[in-house]
Amino acid sequence: MSKRDSRVVVAMSGGVDSSVAAALLVREGYDVVGMMMRLWSDEAAGGAEHNRCCTPDQMLIARTVADKLGIPFYVLDTKDVFRDIVVQYFIDQHRAGYTPNPCLECNRHIRFDWLLRHALALDADYLATGHYARIAESPADGWLLKKGLDPGKDQSYVLSVMGQEQLSKTLFPVGEYPKAEVRRIAGELGLDLANRKDSQDLCFLGNSDYRDFLRLHAPDVMTKGPIVTKSGDVLGEHLGLSNYTIGQRKGLGISYNEPLYVLAMNPFRNALVVGTRAELGRDQLVAERFNWISGTTPAGAFRAEVKIRYRSQPQMALVQPLDDSRVRITFDQPQRDISPGQAAVAYRGDICLGGGVIAKFDEALDHLECKDQTAHFSA
Amino acid sequence: MKTRRELYLDYSASTPVDPRVMEVMMPYFSEIYGNSTSSHRQGRRGENAIEDARARVAHILNCQPSEVVFTSCGSESDNLAIRGAVWRARQRGEPTRLITSPVEHSAVINTVSQLGQLMDIETAIVPVDKYGMVDFDGFANACQGGAALASVIYANNEVGSINDLAELAAIARDHDMLFHTDAVQAGGQLTLDVEDLGVDMLSLSAHKFYGPKGVGALYLKDGIELPSILTGGGHEGGRRAGTHNTAFIVGMAKALELAYAEANERLSHFHRMRDKLIAGILSRVSGAELSGHPEQRLPSHASFVLPGIDANALLMHLDLNGIAASSGSACKTGNPEPADVLLALGYSPAEAKCGLRLSVGTRTTEADIDYALDVLVDAVAKLRGLKREFVT
Repeated sequence: MSKRDSRVVVAMSGGVDSSVAAALLVREGYDVVGMMMRLWSDEAAGGAEHNRCCTPDQMLIARTVADKLGIPFYVLDTKDVFRDIVVQYFIDQHRAGYTPNPCLECNRHIRFDWLLRHALALDADYLATGHYARIAESPADGWLLKKGLDPGKDQSYVLSVMGQEQLSKTLFPVGEYPKAEVRRIAGELGLDLANRKDSQDLCFLGNSDYRDFLRLHAPDVMTKGPIVTKSGDVLGEHLGLSNYTIGQRKGLGISYNEPLYVLAMNPFRNALVVGTRAELGRDQLVAERFNWISGTTPAGAFRAEVKIRYRSQPQMALVQPLDDSRVRITFDQPQRDISPGQAAVAYRGDICLGGGVIAKFDEALDHLECKDQTAHFSA
Repeated sequence: MKTRRELYLDYSASTPVDPRVMEVMMPYFSEIYGNSTSSHRQGRRGENAIEDARARVAHILNCQPSEVVFTSCGSESDNLAIRGAVWRARQRGEPTRLITSPVEHSAVINTVSQLGQLMDIETAIVPVDKYGMVDFDGFANACQGGAALASVIYANNEVGSINDLAELAAIARDHDMLFHTDAVQAGGQLTLDVEDLGVDMLSLSAHKFYGPKGVGALYLKDGIELPSILTGGGHEGGRRAGTHNTAFIVGMAKALELAYAEANERLSHFHRMRDKLIAGILSRVSGAELSGHPEQRLPSHASFVLPGIDANALLMHLDLNGIAASSGSACKTGNPEPADVLLALGYSPAEAKCGLRLSVGTRTTEADIDYALDVLVDAVAKLRGLKREFVT
């Protein structure tokens, strides 16, 4: 089958990467169809103008790029399924005291399932996105997900939810190119590179950050409550658990004889658990809903590099499958910011092996009793 | 490329300009370009062309040339009729109430609702039946309260149903109110004889009958003085300011003449194509329902509700296969709203996102219809399959 007879649906956001992805596919001779998902329209915040994604502006940019490339462009109504699956997940996880990464859920359920199915129904052979990652086929291991060629822009972390079937039908055109080439093509397309914000933030947030979003959509998770030590001593008042991240030191507004760090969120008591630096680090985590990209759970423990945040450096660890969905990861060095709800993603060199969602490691903290009852729910 | 064929089935949205229309327009771009209000030879030639066009349009409408006001489009004609009627009532110290239906084109319904909101003008929306046709009794009831104007669409753009204007206009006349109709979809397909129809005002737009976009007309019955809503010079007898778009006005008259001169063959062709389309869809797409009246509908117009099929996604499938179609709810921003017209007909909000409109034209062939049916059947099957597969 020649490329001319292969149809590719490319998910276009109006951003540089997906626009260049579309251009590369056209250059390679594919039959390209541009598509944007209308994911969210935050009526509570004043409509789509306040989104970070799929704004009328970005639609116009994407449509203009598609026009320049001579490809059709469509916008698909994805609002219901996105709200029910991704936004609800984001809120529920915050409510339960996790720090969720909704991008992984979106890739798992929306982009590489819902959109992929829509693309295939349009007689497409592939779905393409502007992610910095690469796909390779190996005779022994099947489809491999690899880091993008440009290490500074690698996005394989958020793609660790993909499986063999999806990789076989996906193209990541920009993952194969150095950044300079991507920028050059973007220039050719007339895209304004200088004024573009990095699109790392959650697409459904408005101009504000996720805290404002939660205040608007889940005010209950932004309720004031006590700041407590592991032994239950109340040290002060927090402004709502979702304002904090694990490992955070600044902005707690409490004085103590040594620096204190956020250790955990206790949603049942609406308490923010803090402790000393010595209490913070830990070398072990359990990841749940673990997806092995090969489709097969490894037989035994093995050493690999593991990333616990999108932006963190991979760390050496022992990876030990506990069953088909849970994996224990033991780091060589204690890690300071292991956050339940974020993904733990394992790599062997350039190859992404898979990932799962970090479980709560200290269930006992969820049931911590506070000694000073008066500090509860003072809001 | 998988797409090779291009098939236009959206003639209700717009039509190509007939080459014979283009031909008569051409001299007025660079040969006879004077301003029709100028007294020199260039100006006079422009004015002559416009008055000739006016007489030709009047002939089709069976009215006096002085009763034809040229505008920039159907929407402007609707605005002139409605706003003008309200200003007129104000001038005369008469009630400014407006009566209309829930299945009007947005040029009518949004004008009425804006006047209601901003000028505190009382408005009444009369009931329609399941085909979208205005109910006589409901209309008569609304007329009891008096009004500056009642405006009812001649043939609906989304479901194609044709209202009995003569009956409705007679009711309005009995209640001493002006009666306007948006005949934009009807133009070129239904009688525009204003005597027979009994209307006081009637809006037309040239691009629906193989004329150019950007020109329309309002029939305004002699003796009804409407204050201009576009104020300025004294063009169009002081009823519509603005330099005449001579070429387009000439084109509109030619297109209208051709449409009615060739009505027999055009309409029988439309009927044949449309009926083949309707029969094919109803027999081959399970669950498909014809929206609008089965017989009293525009000859070129076929519309359906396809339950469970997101119209937006369906239009994308059709477009990728080269077929241009439309839906009252679809939009290019991926933010479809239930079609108001389908809601007014009693469809549920979910069903009102599943409308499909296919409209045929002079260039449509039997082979086109066969191709469209095959593509549509395939697309519906794929979209239904998707729905079943996606269980997350």
